[in-house]
Amino acid sequence: MMTRAMWTHLVKDLRIELRSLDAFVSMLFFSLLVVVLFSIAFDPHGEFSRDIAGGVLSVATMFASVSALNQAWAREIRHNVIDAQRMAPSPGAELFLAKVIANFLFVTVVQVILAPFFLIFYNLHIAGQAWLLAIVLPLGTWALVGNGIFFAALSIRTRNRELLLSLILFPIFIPALLAMVRATTSILTGDGDPSLWIKLLLGYDIIFTTVSLLLFDVVFHAE
Amino acid sequence: MKKAAIGLYVLITVGLMIWGFYQAIYVAPNDAMQGELSRIFYYHVPTAMLCFLFFAISLVGSIGYLTYRRGNPLRAQAADALALAGAEIGVIYCTVVLITGPIWGRRAWGIWWTWDWRLTTTLVLWLIYVSYLLLRRFAAGPQVQTLAAVLGIFGALDVPIVYMSNRWFRTQHPAPVFGGDSDSGFKDPLMLHAFGWNILAWFAWGILVLCFRYYVERRQQKIAANEAQEALDA
Repeated sequence: MMTRAMWTHLVKDLRIELRSLDAFVSMLFFSLLVVVLFSIAFDPHGEFSRDIAGGVLSVATMFASVSALNQAWAREIRHNVIDAQRMAPSPGAELFLAKVIANFLFVTVVQVILAPFFLIFYNLHIAGQAWLLAIVLPLGTWALVGNGIFFAALSIRTRNRELLLSLILFPIFIPALLAMVRATTSILTGDGDPSLWIKLLLGYDIIFTTVSLLLFDVVFHAE
Repeated sequence: MKKAAIGLYVLITVGLMIWGFYQAIYVAPNDAMQGELSRIFYYHVPTAMLCFLFFAISLVGSIGYLTYRRGNPLRAQAADALALAGAEIGVIYCTVVLITGPIWGRRAWGIWWTWDWRLTTTLVLWLIYVSYLLLRRFAAGPQVQTLAAVLGIFGALDVPIVYMSNRWFRTQHPAPVFGGDSDSGFKDPLMLHAFGWNILAWFAWGILVLCFRYYVERRQQKIAANEAQEALDA
């Protein structure tokens, strides 16, 4: 499953991140800021905080990961690493998948650290089945990071690339965001059945990951 | 001969639009429930149906570009111009839908906007294709066509998912006029006539603008190719 080229890319990305912690620290602090800003803007208490918590968590993750996604390829431009990667004989899909896995791990670690703060700030008691969050959040994060890495590669050689990434990623991500928010909210409040939304997320992940893998070489070698 | 054919087509299109306007405003009877207000549907629904057609044309162009870009560059350029023209006309039609809808909603529902699934889907569709046009604006150089074609395919893939997810979410928009439940459909044949003429008129108009836009884009591609050639020769 995991080829050698993919493993090499993955280990390289993880090692760079472990040494610098650039993406990690900026994401963690940014998502913390979003959580605090939302709680000031909406003054959450009681039932209301449960209703909006799923949305706040998803949107905080979304905004925060954009900073990491922008870094993902910008890092490779320095010293023309990206050109070396283009010339490498291994398929681009392996590079893509390695980058998605690396960034998926970063965002997941941020979510795990953020979760306790989140529960404290919003006074949450999970009314539904909490273990389902362990399915919903990774599926949503995968949808975000998979598409994000793809579109970051797509916008890397354009003007305003950091802005453009958000402009093209967010509209495409809307159905996954909706599913993530509805599923999380229904788990937190205990109302309704999240299984339909989990299926939608799963379908979204399968469709877009497949298409990204198929089209990544086209984007990566576009000239 | 070619000019005469184009002129004739423009005349027919303008004639159809005048006839459609006459049918919608003067001939079709008032709606039993909504009165004059229902007449906006003769514009709202045809543009909504046709914007999907133009987005489909854009998708065909995107797929065509990716298929031919290695083997047949000339055909690929034509496909790319078609993808761009389809997306632009689609966005314009979608904008008309998003403008006429709230005008109706303000009178019928008392609110300009509601996050109903069909409204949300149309808005998201509009956002996706505006982001496509933004990419074409921000990306420079020869790779823009490839990148845009890929984004065009992603956007088109997203449309059914957006549609499904919003449908599960909530519904307030009136049920479809055609193919809804047994109560749907126009009861008065004059309404159906007005509706049919307006679909035809807006279809003819859209195709006309699409062809002009396609032609302009092809001209620009040729100018850019000539400039590149001159720069090489110099």
